[in-house]
Amino acid sequence: MRAFFQRFARHRGALLGLVILTAVLLMALAGPFIYPRNAFELVGQPFREPFGKYLLGTDSLGRDVAAGIVEGARTSLMIGALAAVAATMLGTLIGGFAGYFGGLLDDVLMRTTEFFQTIPSFIFAILLVALMHPSVQSVVIAISVVSWPPMARLVRGEFLALRNREFVQACVGMGMTDMRVIFLHVLPNCVSSIIVTGSLLVATAILTESGLSFLGLGDPNVMSWGYMVGASRDFLRHAWWLCAIPGIAIMLTVLSINLVGDGLNDALNPGLRRM
Amino acid sequence: MTTLAETVLDIRNLTVDLPAWADRPQAVSDFSLSLRHDEVLCVVGESGSGKSVMSRAVMGLLPAPHVRASAGTILLEGEDLLKASMPRLRDIRSRRISMIFQEPMAALNPVMTIGKQIEEVIKVHTGLPRVERMRRIRDTLAAVSLPDPDKILRAFPHQLSGGQRQRAMIAMALILEPSVLIADEPTTALDVTTQAQILALIKETQAKRHMGVLFITHDFGVVAEIADRVAVMQRGRLVEFGDRDRVLNDPQDPYTRSLIAAVPRLIPKAGRSAENASPVLAVVGLDKVFRSGGGLFGRGGRIVHAAKAVNLEIRRGETLGIVGESGSGKSTVARCITRLIDADRGKIVLDDVDLQGLTRKALRPYRERIQMVFQDPYGSLDPRCTVGSLVSEGPIVHGLGRAEALARAHELLELVGLDRRVADRYPHEFSGGQRQRIGIARALALRPEVLVADEPVSALDVSVQAQVLQLLSSIRDRFNLAMLFITHDLRVAAQVCDRIAVMRLGEIVEHGSTASVFAAPRHPYTRELLSAVPGRSWEARRAPP
Repeated sequence: MRAFFQRFARHRGALLGLVILTAVLLMALAGPFIYPRNAFELVGQPFREPFGKYLLGTDSLGRDVAAGIVEGARTSLMIGALAAVAATMLGTLIGGFAGYFGGLLDDVLMRTTEFFQTIPSFIFAILLVALMHPSVQSVVIAISVVSWPPMARLVRGEFLALRNREFVQACVGMGMTDMRVIFLHVLPNCVSSIIVTGSLLVATAILTESGLSFLGLGDPNVMSWGYMVGASRDFLRHAWWLCAIPGIAIMLTVLSINLVGDGLNDALNPGLRRM
Repeated sequence: MTTLAETVLDIRNLTVDLPAWADRPQAVSDFSLSLRHDEVLCVVGESGSGKSVMSRAVMGLLPAPHVRASAGTILLEGEDLLKASMPRLRDIRSRRISMIFQEPMAALNPVMTIGKQIEEVIKVHTGLPRVERMRRIRDTLAAVSLPDPDKILRAFPHQLSGGQRQRAMIAMALILEPSVLIADEPTTALDVTTQAQILALIKETQAKRHMGVLFITHDFGVVAEIADRVAVMQRGRLVEFGDRDRVLNDPQDPYTRSLIAAVPRLIPKAGRSAENASPVLAVVGLDKVFRSGGGLFGRGGRIVHAAKAVNLEIRRGETLGIVGESGSGKSTVARCITRLIDADRGKIVLDDVDLQGLTRKALRPYRERIQMVFQDPYGSLDPRCTVGSLVSEGPIVHGLGRAEALARAHELLELVGLDRRVADRYPHEFSGGQRQRIGIARALALRPEVLVADEPVSALDVSVQAQVLQLLSSIRDRFNLAMLFITHDLRVAAQVCDRIAVMRLGEIVEHGSTASVFAAPRHPYTRELLSAVPGRSWEARRAPP
């Protein structure tokens, strides 16, 4: 465990990413205490510049931008994490069964995966949200439905390689059930790749969520960074900060998650870096 | 070999440092050796002895910056290679010193024809015109006995057999007529019959061109076959150096002595007859065909008949060996018997029950009666489980309580020569031989009647190999096991097997008691195999154990 942290810390970018991510996380957690009021509530005059009475100014309707950023952090992280977890579980399950059992099941599952991959994922997500009514739940479902295929392909590859390793053969030869072999012996040996890819899925999920709410397809009752950018894009010329601040928030969060993902990759798969 | 032959390569006090995370500070320590014109000098050692690092230091191929030569000189005809500049080294390589590697498939560029690769060597070093280059390549390919040089020239590496690839590598190394050839385990990846041909080729070429050959190997049979002089390495140091016959027959250093004593003899041990016992496992008419590369409609694929009508019987208390070269189907048979793969046809009868007819689920209770020991000590243990849980898991799956299973695991770990305290540790903390012991304990935990051992010692060093073989025969006797022993190594087979089945291209071509097969082989292929075992002539002169 200590070696893991040492390898992680050797990656400077990953440390920076971890710091930013922790800050965003703390902000999201502390949000209800700093800004107990609803972020949609009108607090003062519209178009106040940042660092005046309001820390990050106010938007076209006179809503506090700082309150929106804080609540948006909660939305982004929650949706990102939920969607990534759901996509990881679905992808692992499908990829794992396809890789372990092979044959006809593999063909059926992988053709299905390819079917999902042929549809451009963002357009597919728009379609799914449009079919359901816009809510946090439907956004999470839409994002996970479009982002599991890469995970399934990765896990299938790992399972294919592990299935023929001698220690797995030994388990089968001892008379273990397939489920036991899969969950106790094969899966634990590819957890590190799953964690790394899963952490990067969080970043793409946040981007997709921002895109959806930019287009007005997010939950109308929940403040989100994408929505903030979308709602103020008409005022870009005379109130630039309304787009820039949530935009920077999205960029920093996604960047930090990617950096942490890289650091995890180095720390969990040390063999790849040496030499 | 002339006694006054001059030295061509002189290594003096060579020390190669390892990076901080390695298990010892130096790969090679204060190592001195001189190679003469016109001789084959074998450097022998077990894995980790530093022999490959030493040879790479000569070629300037150490993995910089982590591993570097920190002291000493390497003089090639008086010029220090360690001090030579990069351009100078490039000029020397191939022209005056060449290297061939263990795995020709990995050492050749897969997307370039053999002809182009060899031609490149000439182009880089000389200004010969194309006609002259092609003439030279054809001559050299013919000199390494490659049939139809024109066809080989246009072939890609994957289109050649393993032996042909190694010949092409040798041709490439010889093309500029270097005075020194370094051969790093050049026959280890080859089958025994191919190995014999390549060894003969290297010896013959060396004599014809009066080269100095530095031959790295771990196999004393190969040493006996090819060496003029022998250097023995242990943990980076030279422990013994002398003429071949002196080192092989009268080793002075205790380490050399123990290494040579551990080389299994080619003379079969007195076979124990188990004729009167009834067979516990019978394989009848086993067939298995592998299809690969077929398109969507299953056409155009390659078909390999890995087992053709194989019949076997094993009795309690005896070891049946299946010997054969790679691709002979011996591992396929082992995996069909343990039902890790399903045979196409045939019966696998264990005490009147045909396992082949059972579904995966119905088979499960029978699995514990046939257990397997695998080849790769690094790949056959789940790296994320402790040794205790690895050994006890089988019995737990078959319904034994956790505490009892763990107690049984402790007992077995002691039986295979490990401490019971190792149960809390993870596989990566153990050496190859210790892991193989853990694998054996795991197989025994289910109290099997049949033990299938698939090349259980071929990944181990010779001294460890002897201990593991000893352990396998002692547990066979203790538990009255029927043992199926798969190996490509006839020396090992001679030591452990009571009966032998020789496989070739999926068929058993000869079958009989080990003593009779070795003394009077009937099938021409068996004869070919036996005569290809390296070091046969040395065997007759070896001191009795």
